[in-house]
Amino acid sequence: MNFLIISLIKVALVAFVLLTTLAYLQWIERKVIAHVQLRVGPYRVGPHGLLQPLADVVKLITKEGLIPSHVNKLFYLMAPFVAVALALTSIAVIPFGPEIKIGPIDTWMQLTDLRIGILFVIAISSIGVYGVALGGWASNNKYSLLGGLRSSAQMISYELPLALAVAAPLLLANTLSFREMVNYQGGYWLGFIPRWNLFPEIIGFIVFIIASFAETNRVPFDLPEAENELVAGFHTEYSSMNFAAFFMAEYANMVTVTAVATLLFLGGWQPPFPAPYSDVVPIIIFALGGLVALYHGLNPARRMDRFTLPATALVFLGIAAIFGLSLFVPVLNAILMALFWFCGKILVLLFVFIWVRATLPRFRYDQLMRFAWIFLFPLAMLNLLVTSLIVALTTK
Amino acid sequence: MTALIFLIFAGIAVFCGISLVVQTHPIASALSLIGVMGSLAVLYLQLGGEFIAMAQIIVYAGAIMVLFVFVIMLLNAGAETSTFQASSFVKYLGIVLLAAFLGLISFIIQATLPKTEGVVFGVFQGTTADVGRKLFTSYLLPFEVTSVLILIALVGAIVLARKEI
Repeated sequence: MNFLIISLIKVALVAFVLLTTLAYLQWIERKVIAHVQLRVGPYRVGPHGLLQPLADVVKLITKEGLIPSHVNKLFYLMAPFVAVALALTSIAVIPFGPEIKIGPIDTWMQLTDLRIGILFVIAISSIGVYGVALGGWASNNKYSLLGGLRSSAQMISYELPLALAVAAPLLLANTLSFREMVNYQGGYWLGFIPRWNLFPEIIGFIVFIIASFAETNRVPFDLPEAENELVAGFHTEYSSMNFAAFFMAEYANMVTVTAVATLLFLGGWQPPFPAPYSDVVPIIIFALGGLVALYHGLNPARRMDRFTLPATALVFLGIAAIFGLSLFVPVLNAILMALFWFCGKILVLLFVFIWVRATLPRFRYDQLMRFAWIFLFPLAMLNLLVTSLIVALTTK
Repeated sequence: MTALIFLIFAGIAVFCGISLVVQTHPIASALSLIGVMGSLAVLYLQLGGEFIAMAQIIVYAGAIMVLFVFVIMLLNAGAETSTFQASSFVKYLGIVLLAAFLGLISFIIQATLPKTEGVVFGVFQGTTADVGRKLFTSYLLPFEVTSVLILIALVGAIVLARKEI
């Protein structure tokens, strides 16, 4: 019974935070791309467009959901549902932090731990392609169909290097569970280099990141929705919440792959510095951010900055104060530190995703396939072979 | 609890299996097959074969069926149209024969299978390490022969698909 209540609370918490993150990820993406291109991005709804995701959600819900004529209605309506349901499922096995004890309650910061958690994520992502493929096919539109077909071919091709890149750190840690994977990466070489898989598996990490760009249909591999060739690809015919579901699935997939990359290669919630130093880092970062915002608030460049920036500064300094306070409360400290480093690493990787979208042009279709089969796949295979050789030689 | 989950997913598997045969549209049939494979994976999971369950989803639902669906979409195959006009007599005879056939099968299964207790869920643990060890020790020859078989199929496909030089 106790287990049930704790699980329900955790599920509610994770679902709420995840869905909010997905909405705001889109705001972050628009803002970052805008600033890369010397624009301001969303600015009208709320201060610095902060309420834009809310406005978008309201707009998408209240829009009419068109169903084009001559579509296969069942599959047409099923496709976005499949896409978003599968994309949101993977978060169930992602651990956000270590085991925590709050009074009598003793729980992990994770919904469920499977002994085969990593395989589970790969399995879910491998059937995630059905949402896109079905949507493209059921729309009864040749552009959509082409988008769906491209996406199927692309996701099958890039799944191989992705799985091979994942296999190498699994060999090192000798486990398929995310928890044990992260525990394996705890500690430091020579006292200061974190024992992350990133360093022995740098090739695997690069292959994983490149393949995950393709798996999530992101630039430079966003062939399934290439605007200048296919209108909008597989979701051309979708509107209203059906369209939003595809959108949400894309962002949820991004969060999942970055979380998996963090857990497998970047040590999960293990901080990059030994404990006493790493605990101070968030305080310094948030306090500095707050002070910068305060300075700009006192010397406003625009009229509203006089109010918005001090408010931001207050929030930042408040967070810094909470982190400072947590130094004296071990329970809070464990939760906050794990969340800070885990979310921080995920956000850095998400920023890379957005950065690449703002920077790189799109691949041509034959280049995409050649890149996967002639370069990425052999590289991942070689990496796996070398890793297994080293593991075989060093373990008895 | 386990029996309930078993019944639910066995029911889904049988339902999807029937739907696979009955559906006239190839995409619907393919999706039904995915449903069969997914529910089979859940049954494997109940037996304790975690790795087998995930391999079932990754390989069958995630790779092979995606290719099936891909080809069906590429050919844009339409719904099947039946050219066979059965008389009502044949239909009724079919129902009788089907019932007789099912009865016969269940009788044979009853008669030939040894009288042991049914499988109890969760008794044995088929961890990934166990599967790997068995695969590379006890079943090494079948494993390698299977991979050669797949290689032959691959070469055959390339030879068939290659244009004449």
